[in-house]
Amino acid sequence: MSNAENSNQYSTIVKDGLWDNNGVFSMLLGMCPTMAMTTSATNGFGMGLATAVVMGASSYLVAVFRNQITTEVRIPVYILIVAAMVTLVDLAMNAWMHELYKVLGLFIPLIVSNCLPLARLEAFAAKQPAFPALLDGLFMGLGFTIALTVIGAVREIIGSGTLFADASLLLGNSFKVIEMRLLPADMGVLMMILPPGGFIVTGLLVVAKRVLDLRAGKEIQMAGAHAV
Amino acid sequence: MKEFAMIMISAALVNNVILARFLGLCSFMGVTTRIDTAAGMGFATTFVITVSSMADWAVQTYLLDAYGLGFLRTVTFILVIASAVQFTEMTIKKVSPELFQMLGIYLPLITTNCAVLGVALLLVEGRMSFINATLFAFASSLGYSLVMVIFAGLRERLALVQVPRLFAGPPIAFIVAGMLAMAFMGFSGIAAS
Repeated sequence: MSNAENSNQYSTIVKDGLWDNNGVFSMLLGMCPTMAMTTSATNGFGMGLATAVVMGASSYLVAVFRNQITTEVRIPVYILIVAAMVTLVDLAMNAWMHELYKVLGLFIPLIVSNCLPLARLEAFAAKQPAFPALLDGLFMGLGFTIALTVIGAVREIIGSGTLFADASLLLGNSFKVIEMRLLPADMGVLMMILPPGGFIVTGLLVVAKRVLDLRAGKEIQMAGAHAV
Repeated sequence: MKEFAMIMISAALVNNVILARFLGLCSFMGVTTRIDTAAGMGFATTFVITVSSMADWAVQTYLLDAYGLGFLRTVTFILVIASAVQFTEMTIKKVSPELFQMLGIYLPLITTNCAVLGVALLLVEGRMSFINATLFAFASSLGYSLVMVIFAGLRERLALVQVPRLFAGPPIAFIVAGMLAMAFMGFSGIAAS
């Protein structure tokens, strides 16, 4: 494969991950953390990044060992690889980002049963060389991060009038600058922070992506690739 | 007795697995297009959640806690769950071949249903006794099945109405789910302990 073809393939992977095939808005995978951890933009961002690290690392590992893993036992092997990566991320976050770790809590170990990493391993990493697989895992994860941050931002702005509140506490002091208050404190619509808001905002944002895709002259995806 | 009733109501309705804790949303969106599949899925998942939670409780207490291996929790739990799913699959195949046909591909995928792992982690983190943990797991999965069936009913009706093209499919399902979540918030009044 020539260099030009290579970089062409890579840019498709990046575009697919970030927008065209976005894990949340197009494929509707990984819904649990998407709803549960988007009560603020900061939470969404942290959750997304943790998932992206796990996805990149496990895609890379699966691609490296793709010829050794037999088809019959591949699912358990994938789950074990993801679980090992999740354990590493879990311990690392507990040590270095303890505040964020406490907020995300249950949903860090639950990355294991997030359908998005597993779907990418099965659909991409199992058949591709290591580097494209790493790229695919990482950018699918970053697309997931963007989606979670956007949902979190919408819910946070409408719900409590702030944006990236507590970012300095959760991500480190250098993030102090992005903390914002956009609306007065008493204007928040609490419903947006509560569970129903998660469903409604996500639904409306899927519509928003369809509108943007239509404007750009692309076909809109009528149904997501449903997995359980 | 009153304590048990509180655990049941709180786990099944007030802190509903799907609508309040956001666990198991993939199956909530994926297999709720027909009431009978949703009920079958609810039944299978109830079985898996109850069995694997009991096993996970034992693993946590007698293996991980006893030998200080807490950091291996994620890996061991997912293994226990995968075995429980395999066991359920074999049982259903034997007991009810029709249900097995109907659930098809969705059965093995219960492993990656985060409700299963989520409930197990919740009851371990809550330091519950064995009986409370079993009740909690069973009631949580009943709540899961209840919401699955209700939502499947809503979607069967939804399939018959005209929805604007942009909202067709998942978006309108999300918005309906949001309204269902609002309705379930009404139960939070019962939570007073």
